[in-house]
Amino acid sequence: MSERTAVIASRVGLHARPAGIFVAAVSALPLEVTIAMQGEPADDAMDASSILSIMSLGAGNGDTVVLRAEGDGADDALDALVTLLETDLDAE
Amino acid sequence: METLSDNTFNGVGVSPGRIIGSVRQMPKPVSEPPVGERLTHDTPEAAVEALRAAAKSVQASLNDRAASASGAGREVLEATALMAADPMLIKAAVKLINGGASAERAIWDAAASVAEMLLNLGGYMAERATDIFDVRSRVVAELRGVPAPGIPLSDTPFVLVAEDLAPADTATLDPASVIALVTSSGGPQSHTAIIARALGLPAVVAAVGVTELEEGTLVYVDGAAGTITVDPGAAETEAAEAWLRTAAALADFDGNGRTLDGHLVPLLSNVGGAADAVKAAAAGAQGVGLLRTEFCFLDRDAEPTVDEQVAAYRGVFDAFPGKKVVLRTLDAGADKPLPFLTDASEPNPALGVRGYRTDFTSPGVLERQLSAVALAAEGSEADVWVMAPMISTAEEAGDFAALCAAAGLKTPGVMVEVPSAALTSEAILGRVAFVSLGTNDLTQYAMAADRQLGPLAALNTPWQPAVLQLVRITVAGSVAEGNGKPVGVCGEAAADPALAVVLVGLGVSTLSMTARALSAVGAVLASVTLEQAQNLAAVALAASSAAEARAAVRAGLPILDELGL
Repeated sequence: MSERTAVIASRVGLHARPAGIFVAAVSALPLEVTIAMQGEPADDAMDASSILSIMSLGAGNGDTVVLRAEGDGADDALDALVTLLETDLDAE
Repeated sequence: METLSDNTFNGVGVSPGRIIGSVRQMPKPVSEPPVGERLTHDTPEAAVEALRAAAKSVQASLNDRAASASGAGREVLEATALMAADPMLIKAAVKLINGGASAERAIWDAAASVAEMLLNLGGYMAERATDIFDVRSRVVAELRGVPAPGIPLSDTPFVLVAEDLAPADTATLDPASVIALVTSSGGPQSHTAIIARALGLPAVVAAVGVTELEEGTLVYVDGAAGTITVDPGAAETEAAEAWLRTAAALADFDGNGRTLDGHLVPLLSNVGGAADAVKAAAAGAQGVGLLRTEFCFLDRDAEPTVDEQVAAYRGVFDAFPGKKVVLRTLDAGADKPLPFLTDASEPNPALGVRGYRTDFTSPGVLERQLSAVALAAEGSEADVWVMAPMISTAEEAGDFAALCAAAGLKTPGVMVEVPSAALTSEAILGRVAFVSLGTNDLTQYAMAADRQLGPLAALNTPWQPAVLQLVRITVAGSVAEGNGKPVGVCGEAAADPALAVVLVGLGVSTLSMTARALSAVGAVLASVTLEQAQNLAAVALAASSAAEARAAVRAGLPILDELGL
């Protein structure tokens, strides 16, 4: 299992447009990715391809989330997602 | 109202115009599947398959709509599209299906849980609950094989037919696409009527049976007569063409409201903000008879600052330098709730703490609004008058006048919409400078009939003799008070050219209406002398029913038929 942390950079936190962009990126991957707030047990992690799950996470600007995925290319995939989350997606 | 013959439907005409177009029915709102409904497909697998297919289909059509939208609208549609096939939502529904529920019931309950979760998160998330319900309706509609909710999309302009139309339905109404509005319920002061007049669309409400018309049926709609005729013939075609010519001629108001013999009746406009005000001024309005200040307060969870209010009001004042602008203080409550001011749990909101009464429960808001009005008026050249809504007694009128004086506002007035105010208008005018009749609510209260209920449409018309009597009594109070203080009308009644003549005949001094109605009212008023108007007013008062009053007055105004009004 690969794991990465990311600090949410978007001003509105991880909902609205930033959530949509993130979910689209996850859905394009052949892997299953989970997301959880830092400190929460891995068992409670949410499906990162579900916009409703992302929204229910309530991750705000500055919060740290943990991404997990398994399989070929998991490390690279997660790195790309971290970069996405740590960009202010509102600024575009 | 019943059908006269196989091919004519009769309703209440609420916005004039004669057009011919094809019927498109507003899809009926998606109803909840029976509680506890069990599997309706042969197997759970088949139900799951159907659900997934429906969700994907809804997602695809929302993405299509997103592609032709832009900005914030596009983003909302894209996010909603994602929700339609969201793994968490579908997973929850699948679980319910495997537990024995039907596909429709499963998505219904799964979406309800998600919506509840979002509502509990509050703020921005809670607002997305509406999107979940929208998605749910679409998926259920897809499963049932019925049209998706919302105004139908069409390449050609059409006549929109519905049971009734809510503000949410008409938010996306495009007058280039929809050429008339026809509903089987609703009343003359319902939302359909208001939006039709604001957009200048012919409209008929309370036309029983129209929702059974087949899609694509060609109809002739007469928004003044209140009729819908199926398969129009030569006479109707000619009338529709004549209307096009008249509409062009009625486009301009010369800015000088008067009767044939020169009795001046300033025609003012009802506006909801600076943009409205600018358009009204361009249309020739002689001032503003009703500035609804709610626009400043809606969609907020806290009171706007004095500075924000000053800027907003000044935007309106600046559109009418040297002219009268009558501002109505905050009218929250009933159909206009404000979370920080009104109580949504009241059992009878129309009879509740609304309008001026919110000063009892939330003191300070009104004072701040009045100081903002004074500041805005100082910096502009408009002649600013201020009035309070929902005033019931002379004592309240006196208190309001004192608040205005304390804020430095020179011309206080009150709205007459509660019947008690009409009946005690002499005492009220002893304390304020003017009154303005809010005929929409006055009719509702006088006739004890909810404005929004179709079955009560016949009661909810300002043509009711009792309502006309209240207007007469209000004017009589001004005469008795002895200072010639003006009694204006700012309700929808002023926009009806025939009623406008009656009101002038009853002694009303100014009429305020949606800017679109100015030229029609101006034209009809200019066709009669004051004495003729007074005679028609007497005819209306003597009638034994609203229908009789309206018919008798219209019979005395041949210009109406000439102009197709």
